[in-house]
Formats: sequence, structure tokens, C-alpha cells
Amino acid sequence: MGYSNKTRQIYLDQLAAIKEAGLFKQERFIHSSQAADIEVEFPAGATTKKVINICANNYLGLSSHPEVIRAAHEGLDTRGYGMSSVRFICGTQDIHRELEQRMTEFLGTEDTILFPSCMDANAGVFEAILTQDDVIISDRLVHASLIDGIRLCSAMHDTFKHSNMEHLEQKLQLHADKRLKVVVNDGVYSMDGDMAKVDELVALCDKYDAILLIDESHSSGFIGKTGRGTHEHHGMVGKIDVITTTFGKALGGASGGCVSGRREIVEMCRQKARPYLFSNTIAPVVVSGVLKVLDILNESTERRDKLEVNTAFWRKGLTEAGFVLKEGNTPIVPVMLFNAKLAQDVSRDLFAEGIYAVGFFFPVVPNGQARIRTQISAGHEIHHLEKALDAFNKVGKKHGILGLTKQEIIDKFGQ
Amino acid sequence: MEDLNEMKKVILQYVINEYAEEDDDVTFDTPLISGGLVDSFSMVSLKRFLEVKYKISIPDDKATPEAFDNVNSIARLVQEYL
Repeated sequence: MGYSNKTRQIYLDQLAAIKEAGLFKQERFIHSSQAADIEVEFPAGATTKKVINICANNYLGLSSHPEVIRAAHEGLDTRGYGMSSVRFICGTQDIHRELEQRMTEFLGTEDTILFPSCMDANAGVFEAILTQDDVIISDRLVHASLIDGIRLCSAMHDTFKHSNMEHLEQKLQLHADKRLKVVVNDGVYSMDGDMAKVDELVALCDKYDAILLIDESHSSGFIGKTGRGTHEHHGMVGKIDVITTTFGKALGGASGGCVSGRREIVEMCRQKARPYLFSNTIAPVVVSGVLKVLDILNESTERRDKLEVNTAFWRKGLTEAGFVLKEGNTPIVPVMLFNAKLAQDVSRDLFAEGIYAVGFFFPVVPNGQARIRTQISAGHEIHHLEKALDAFNKVGKKHGILGLTKQEIIDKFGQ
Repeated sequence: MEDLNEMKKVILQYVINEYAEEDDDVTFDTPLISGGLVDSFSMVSLKRFLEVKYKISIPDDKATPEAFDNVNSIARLVQEYL
């Protein structure tokens, strides 16, 4: 055993430094299923408290939907608990291929391959399709999983300023001689809640013969008229070369993800993507649940429409109360507080008022951009949102931030 | 050959456009990498810009964080390969 006291101390010192910097993350234990109303034990050992959850990625409120649970039970009964294999050995069931076909249809692409998570999809796709002769040009605010995937691949990496199409065009010109160029974006940016300019991205990629990859994790299921994603919102269905997305958010919230897009690119992933080749297949119970989610979404846009109404109500309420919000039209509504301690204090006070919303600060968001990220769900009823607004008002008043501008908040609390 | 001062201005402008925030004051000798303005990822694209702009090839082992740490040293490096 080589785990000496000296070794242990190295880790203890690092953990102490994380705590000292105020960056130590603690889990809150939920004693119920995921929903608008949850029961939370926090801090560990405390009596559980009933709170309204406004920080889940449960955009469509399907995480605990009875029909999804029933379908998962059926999947468990008919296809078993696990497959004990990767896909290409003996881990592919009929329902795995069915889900791939259904996602292809849902996203309007040519083919789809499932991954254990979207993190894995993003980790695997670049290395599978690119070499050192190629370049990846990514928006500077893309998700960490895309950055990790890019790092794992031998292609050159360059970036463009967030949503700055002029800068992207300069980069496409700079790298014009590369064999392949891939432009990488989030469909909806998870921290700010803004949407990529998908129509302009498509036009630029067409002009410079570049592959367009969009991570739709925070849009699949509810952005666009029928919830297909940001490409539907911008009238670009069929024009995105590669979409990566997750089943861990709006599409049931369990786990799993996929790469969907041009047939050859999907096939390259099937041959070469390491998280696909060397990680277990998605459990049948999850696949069965996601198939039911797609049935529900194909039958009606009711949940996505309700989410839109809820989001508008929430944004209006917070704006009228006098909070500074990030502009946007998605269910991710960041309440800007700028100061990290203020964000932590507001989160703690909201919890005391029965509202579960987490503060985000550096390094998760840029320094001086601390915030409470709220996420609205079709699982919320108006009474949930009214109660949450009352709590935000009360806590906002306590800290004296209602009606203040960004600069006034910074002047009062520091950045 | 482009005048050294002119070259430094071009590189400085690129660095400002590419990496600086509104309130950053970047000059010819501002430490770019050790000062945290340019990370190792971004160094790759800066090298690429120089190679395309000046039609040169900088060997990877010469593109060190030290050589890329300010506009003055970058311009000196480029001059070696013109």
C-alpha cells in the first residue's frame, strides 16, 4: 500500500485550499423523486425540508412522469436490468437501434448513435472524425464537455468570441487551407441562457465549407415550435451536420446522450469513438423511458408550450421585482448578483424561504459574474412560481438589491 | 521585409482584438502568457496567425511560452523566420 501520510496530506492540503477559496461543493440530499416540489436534507444530517426546485434541468417536467415510469418498468421487465457489454460485442438490443432511429427522425438528421452520456458523446466525436490536418473553431463559451473532447483530439483548436459571427468568419478565413474545419457551438448556453445564431452559423459554414456541430443539450425537447431544438427555432432543420444532445435533461432526465447528424460522421463514431467502444451500453430501462418521452412529445406540444408560458411569467415577475437578469428567451433565467458572496447568501436565504436555487460564481462563470441560475419547468404550476417570486422579493429586499443596476450592485457589494 | 515597429503594431492589434477585455491595457511588453491574458490553447491560434500573416513556419519547439510572452519577443521570433 503506497498511500502514505505524506500522500494523504497532499490531498488534504488541496481540499483545504478549495475550501479556503470558498469553492468547496457540497451535495444536498433529496429524499423524493425529481419534481417541482422536493424534500431536501441540507446540510447533511438536518431534518428534511420541503422546497420548490427551480434549478433542475427538468425543463419538460418528465423526470417523474407516470407514463415514463411505467414505460421504464416495462423495459425493465421485458429487456432486463443491464446488458453487461459494450454495444458492439453483445450490448445492442432492438430498442437501442429503435431509439437511434427515433432520435434521427426527431432531430431531422440522417443517422444517430447513442452514447452513455452527452459528456461521452462530446468526448468521443472529435477524435473519431478529425486528424491533425483539421481545425476546430469553437465559441469561447461552449460547454466543458466539448472542450474536453476537443483536447482529446489531434486537430488544431481555435476559438471565436461568444456569438461573434464576424470573428468566426475571420477564423474561417485564417484556417481556409485546413483539410476539414469544424465550427462548434452550444445551441443554448447553459450559464447565460442565450441561444446560438444558428441561421448565421449555417450560412457561414456553407460559405467556408465547414462542418457545423451544435450541442443541443439545453434545447432538445422544448426549443422550436415542436421542441426539436435551436435548429427548428431558426428554420434550419436538416442543415446541421452534427447535433450532440442528452437524455439527461428535458428528455426524461435519466442519463444517456447521442451524436446525430451526417450518416458518415455517425458511422465514423460507431467505428472509432472511444466512449462508445469502451463503455457500457445505455441500460434498457433508460432506453425504454426515453422512447416514451418521444411518444409524449410527438403527441402534443402541450408541455413545451406550458414551459414557454411559465418562462414568460417568471421573467416578467423577476423584472418587475427589480432584479438584473441576463437577456434571453429560454427557460434558463440567470439572476445577476455579480458578487460571489452575495450569490451564496441569496441562495442560502432563498432556501430558508423554501426555494431551492443555487448560486454560481467563478470558476463556473467568469469572475465578477456571480449569479443565481434559475431554470423553469413545465412541471411548475403558476402557484410554484408565485411563491418563488415572493421569496425572491423578500430576499432581494433584505439585501437591498431590488431596483439596483448592475453598477449599483457592484458598488454596494464589490465584484 | 516589414519594418519591425510596423510588425509589432500588427501583432499588438491582433492580441488586443483577440484576447483583451475592454479595460485591459496591453502594450508591447505586457506579459501575455505569464500574465494570464493568453492561455496555451490560444497560443496555438496566435502561432497560426503569425504563420499565415507572414508566410513563415515556426517550429513547435521554438513556439515556447517564453517566446510568446510579449509582443516584443513574438516579433523577434517572427523576424528569425522571415
